[in-house]
Amino acid sequence: MTTAFLIGLLSSFLASAVEVVEAVTLVLAAGVTRGWRSAWIGVGTATLALAAIVLALGPTLRTVIPLDVLRIVVGTLLLIFGLQWLRKAIMRYTGMKALHDEERIYATEVQQLRSEPVAASPGSIDWTAFTVSFKAVLLEGLEVVFIVITFGLSAGDMLPAIIGAVAAAIIVVAIAFAVHEPLSRVPENSLKYVVGIMLTGFGTFWAGEGIGLEWPGQDLAILGLMAFFLLWSGALIMLLRRPAQGEEAATSA
Amino acid sequence: MKYIRGFFLFWYDFLIGDAWEVAAGVVLALIFIYLLLHYAAGTSIEVTSAILFPVIVVALLTFSIWRVRKPR
Repeated sequence: MTTAFLIGLLSSFLASAVEVVEAVTLVLAAGVTRGWRSAWIGVGTATLALAAIVLALGPTLRTVIPLDVLRIVVGTLLLIFGLQWLRKAIMRYTGMKALHDEERIYATEVQQLRSEPVAASPGSIDWTAFTVSFKAVLLEGLEVVFIVITFGLSAGDMLPAIIGAVAAAIIVVAIAFAVHEPLSRVPENSLKYVVGIMLTGFGTFWAGEGIGLEWPGQDLAILGLMAFFLLWSGALIMLLRRPAQGEEAATSA
Repeated sequence: MKYIRGFFLFWYDFLIGDAWEVAAGVVLALIFIYLLLHYAAGTSIEVTSAILFPVIVVALLTFSIWRVRKPR
């Protein structure tokens, strides 16, 4: 296994885990309030749609677009996407943006879903539950699909990204089944921060290669780039972190 | 028309979100590094570019966060 294979698998696993946690919160709300049958049909339909996108788009893009162009475009998209994740994670760490609160989202969704009329007969599909579950899995899943496709096209191998994504989905859903409540203890922002570092590192490497840059140390340069981004972003967080309201009151007294 | 607009808005929000300067900066940085690699003279241009590119990336990140930071 190469460095790129392992980091691709890990990045995909962590990114997918975060997205599945967010989707699980909404699916849980739909299942608990409106019935699990319709919620699971929505989940299954969205999963099939996502799988179809990966299987259709990946090979098609590689066939239709020249490799050089593909590498630049995909590397650039990955770098932009990675920087967005990293930027938001830093903003959450420093208090500039609110942390993702799965319990609050779950409570809001449950309240909203309980106010909607329930399906007429027990055997029919509850379209509200179906739509909420379908949209949750599709929208969160699109980010995973994006990472799988961009990694796969750049690395020339979709397998590590697909394995990471599927493994994360299985593990997170299994845990959610076991605890039967929103997975609020998952350190989402930490995971998003790590994934942001990885995607930014990979994106920088591949976009650079795409425009003709020969990185010293070849694939090992990816690790060097990640270390650099980790150090810089860590310094930013330490510099910009706002004290909690209690600490501010104490220091101003 | 509404659906077409919605489709493009979704992808704009997905990729660029509220930080358009990140996307624009990355594209400009790549163009700059490309021109440097292919048109600038000097044997150490590869090494310079390999250092410059990640530095530009972190500068973009820092600028983007600084833009939204509220004064204390």
